[in-house]
Amino acid sequence: MRNDSSPSVFRQIDWPLVIIYLLIVVAGVFSIYAASYDFDEASIFSFDEFSGKQIRWIGLGLVLGCVVLLTDYRVFETYAYLIYGILLVLLLVTPFIAPDIKGSRSWLVIGPMSLQPAEFAKVATALALAKLFNGYNFTLKGRPGNYLRAVALFVVPILLILNQNETGSALAYTALVLVLYREGMSGLILFAGVFAVAVFVIAVKYTEELFLGIPGGEFTVMVLVMITMVIMAFIYGRTMEIARNLLAGFAACLLIMWVLGGLIGLNMPGRAIMICIVVAGCIYLAFEALKRHISSLSVPIVTAVLAIGFMFSVNIAFDQLQPHQQQRIRVVLGIEEDLRGAGYNVNQSKIAIGSGGFFGKGFLNGTQTKLKYVPEQHTDFIFCTIGEEEGFVGSFAIIALYMAMILRVIAIAERQPRPFGRIYGYCVASYIIFHFCVNIGMVIGLCPVIGIPLPLLSYGGSSLWGFTLLIFILLRIDAARKSYS
Amino acid sequence: MRKDYKLEKRKYVIGGFVLLIALIYVGRLFDLQINDERYKKSADTNAFLHKTVYPSRGLMYDRDGRLVVYNQPAYDVMLIPRDVQPFDTVDFCNTLNITPEQLRRRFADMRDKRLNPGYSSYTPQRLITQLSTEDYGRLQEKLYRFPGFYIQKRILRQYNYSAAANVLGNLREVSQTDIDKDPYYSPGDYCGDLGVERSYEEYLRGVKGEEILIRDSRGRIQGRYDGGAHDVEPISGHDLTLSIDIELQEYAERLMAGKRGAVVAIEPETGEILCLVSSPTYDPRLLVGRHRGENYKALVNDPSLPLFDRALGGAYPPGSTFKPTQGLILLQEGIITTSTTYPCHGGYVNGGLRVGCHAHGSPLPLKPALQTSCNAFFCWGFKAMIDRRGKYGNPANAFEIWKKHLVSMGYGYALGVDLPHESRGFLPNAKFYNKFYGEGHWSANTVISVAIGQGEILATPLQIANLAATIANRGWFITPHAVKAIQDTVLPPQYSERRRPTIDLKWYPEVAEGMRMAVTGGTCRRAAIPGIDVAGKTGTAQNPHGRDHSAFMGFAPYDHPKIAVAVYVENGGFGAVYGVPIGSLVMEKYLCDSIHPSRQYMEDQMISTTLPYSNAKR
Repeated sequence: MRNDSSPSVFRQIDWPLVIIYLLIVVAGVFSIYAASYDFDEASIFSFDEFSGKQIRWIGLGLVLGCVVLLTDYRVFETYAYLIYGILLVLLLVTPFIAPDIKGSRSWLVIGPMSLQPAEFAKVATALALAKLFNGYNFTLKGRPGNYLRAVALFVVPILLILNQNETGSALAYTALVLVLYREGMSGLILFAGVFAVAVFVIAVKYTEELFLGIPGGEFTVMVLVMITMVIMAFIYGRTMEIARNLLAGFAACLLIMWVLGGLIGLNMPGRAIMICIVVAGCIYLAFEALKRHISSLSVPIVTAVLAIGFMFSVNIAFDQLQPHQQQRIRVVLGIEEDLRGAGYNVNQSKIAIGSGGFFGKGFLNGTQTKLKYVPEQHTDFIFCTIGEEEGFVGSFAIIALYMAMILRVIAIAERQPRPFGRIYGYCVASYIIFHFCVNIGMVIGLCPVIGIPLPLLSYGGSSLWGFTLLIFILLRIDAARKSYS
Repeated sequence: MRKDYKLEKRKYVIGGFVLLIALIYVGRLFDLQINDERYKKSADTNAFLHKTVYPSRGLMYDRDGRLVVYNQPAYDVMLIPRDVQPFDTVDFCNTLNITPEQLRRRFADMRDKRLNPGYSSYTPQRLITQLSTEDYGRLQEKLYRFPGFYIQKRILRQYNYSAAANVLGNLREVSQTDIDKDPYYSPGDYCGDLGVERSYEEYLRGVKGEEILIRDSRGRIQGRYDGGAHDVEPISGHDLTLSIDIELQEYAERLMAGKRGAVVAIEPETGEILCLVSSPTYDPRLLVGRHRGENYKALVNDPSLPLFDRALGGAYPPGSTFKPTQGLILLQEGIITTSTTYPCHGGYVNGGLRVGCHAHGSPLPLKPALQTSCNAFFCWGFKAMIDRRGKYGNPANAFEIWKKHLVSMGYGYALGVDLPHESRGFLPNAKFYNKFYGEGHWSANTVISVAIGQGEILATPLQIANLAATIANRGWFITPHAVKAIQDTVLPPQYSERRRPTIDLKWYPEVAEGMRMAVTGGTCRRAAIPGIDVAGKTGTAQNPHGRDHSAFMGFAPYDHPKIAVAVYVENGGFGAVYGVPIGSLVMEKYLCDSIHPSRQYMEDQMISTTLPYSNAKR
């Protein structure tokens, strides 16, 4: 069992993932070259250029990858907590010893390199989480203590990274809830998360009065709550009857309200009436629950109360955000059309991508990215260059590559014989999913601008090495899976 | 080796979730890249700076090839508001010698949609206009410190002579109306205002060029797009040769100093205007440069109306300068012959009406009547025509015939000079009197004053000069014009076509001779120039604005006229007092290039006389 660190490991590794990895990395080099191409034709390999530097990062990253492949796979599991601990200490001290770069103290300067511990902490957290779940008989079901331990494992780095003012990097760790979901966390919690985001967006975005003094957003949310209650009553109510009654009641109330208020123009306290309707629904459900002894009918009641309460506290919560974050959210929701300020980046990147058309303007022929209309074009906004120069075809290809990578990582995770490998694989997948969704989403104007790189494609050594380590450790663990079967 | 198969199914939920997002993103990309054309346009306006290259405006030379109007470069500070970043305002102000307060004002004005309706933070805006060359040099050196700013080279006018402002005109910034009317213009462009600058705008302005530059997000120019392959070279405007003799113009302006009125001189053979003086005038240089605004305001508010071109915009009673037209009409209509005489005993007395005259022989025929400017002769003649019911049926018909002849001589309608704001003067028609007095309730005596160029008749000094030119030509004229030639193209054809009044050529020598006699032994003896035969006619026009206007028209030399002139001095009294000397001095200056010593006193007198005017607006 100890002779598998021989070169034969290269026969065992998952080549499809390696090929996808290499394709993305090479696409990155070309995109970075195009993004920073400045009309005076410097070589793509020149170390003065970002592309040349990126090639150096890739080269060293591959060396790192080979070292990982040649390492005994058990090292990662054995030392997972140690590595995690070291990284936490590093995260803790970084703000005190790091120089101030663009308002953020998150870079450690080591000789000629600047590295972001936050990127490497991703690896450590994944390993630690995997080790936790690998414990004998570890399960989430009915064990709040286990939930707490798992969540604590990634909340601690989040807090430490927030302390460095790197909101984007910190948020990436929240993607690990996907791992919890895979390992048994109730889908309801995930649903509640999505529902909360939807409520937030609708409530913040539509603040104009619809009728009877109710803002459009509030009205929509309350109707959504009613629909959710009906659906839940259907799922948990065992009979169609309860859901049907509830639906009929809501529909009748809304109709009467619309006729009296909207058509006749009777002056009524709309918000109070809407709340009364929801409360009436809850009372009806409680009545049915008691009568028929269906305790799970409490789910829609709790959901309704939480959703309405959440909606009214959104404004309060929104005020807690920092002004520039509020603004970013407003801009991305289309409340503010601030093309010079926060909206400038998004607008310019949309212009760059939109001007690409179907086939793009051709390699190095982009004007928007080249002329620096798009900010951070070689790092966070690298996708603009692809969109502009390679068009829809190129953008589609990149999205397809990431899809392939994510699905491949999930497939690899699922085929692991031990929880350690599976959990670790899902951690890797979660990080990539989050970075992919948020980065491309912000570039095409569907997400708020959160400064995180596109994995393996954006310029930047830390991120590249971080994701390289994540993937190569997975490859190493995967290559050893047969040792257990 | 635990495996929870129920939980394993969740990989499909996670995978499906990711695929759903990817699908949404692909859809969004499809919308951005293929569906929506808007982004392609935005990309172009983003990256390409279409920089206007202004052509050199056509120069102006006088008839002898002297350069009158030329160009000087000026530099405007432009900026694209979106690209401007916080900059060192103190440094900026020091460089341009302005105070921070002024700079703040300029920024506020620029953003004010009322003052600058075309404001957009995406397009070039003009912050400061017409930098001096020194300021330009200093700013150019530091420009890199002020991202978003750039310098636009412009063409300003400069003048070698301080004369002829009314003929030359000037440049002003285009208004929104100009832009709406002519797509050539964009905000901040200059266009001709008044004078030749206005009427020959389309020849002078040339064709704007365009430089397409690539710029980055900070407005920094990265180079020419495609090596300049899509640039458009500007095409310079056409140079103009004016028919004006700039020195004669200067001289006539000097003679008119301190007096209000006009002097128009025409070369009869060509219709070319030799000088066109409106007094008071102003230095055309006042309307150039950064002080144009305040100077223009001062000129507009000046009660003596210096911006008003009296030579072609002023409509005055022509007075006795009108009498030659009457002689021609009476001869043409057969009302009189060259020997028909009318009596004059101190005036025209008929039907309780009296038009005064002065002492001269009586009865007298046409030529002596012109010589002595006899009011009675022309009143009798007019009455004979208008009241000749046997020939015309009624006075109205006769009056229409009378008017038709005058129109053919250039009265009552704008002559069509190549300068803006020409007045048409005024000729009443029969309808006018029918309305005023009632149909059939008027006759010659009712309107007798028009016979001597008074009453309702109004004419511009240009029309009077044109009459002098017509008589000098003995029966034809060419529409007066101030431009002699346009570089690389031809003048509009109407400025070389002879126009024939409805008077037979044979009657003109009669009138010309009468005018000659007026100089040799009549009312304009002071017009005589040693060695040159001059013909002339004085005018003393009564008017409701005080003292009589002093007028003169004439031409010389008598046999082969080279110059025809009309002078009109508001409230100058008798025609002989100002009109005659100024007119003859202008002719002498033009023909002899110098003033005969015996007439020098006259020149001094004219130059030094200032007439008092009340400042009430006319």
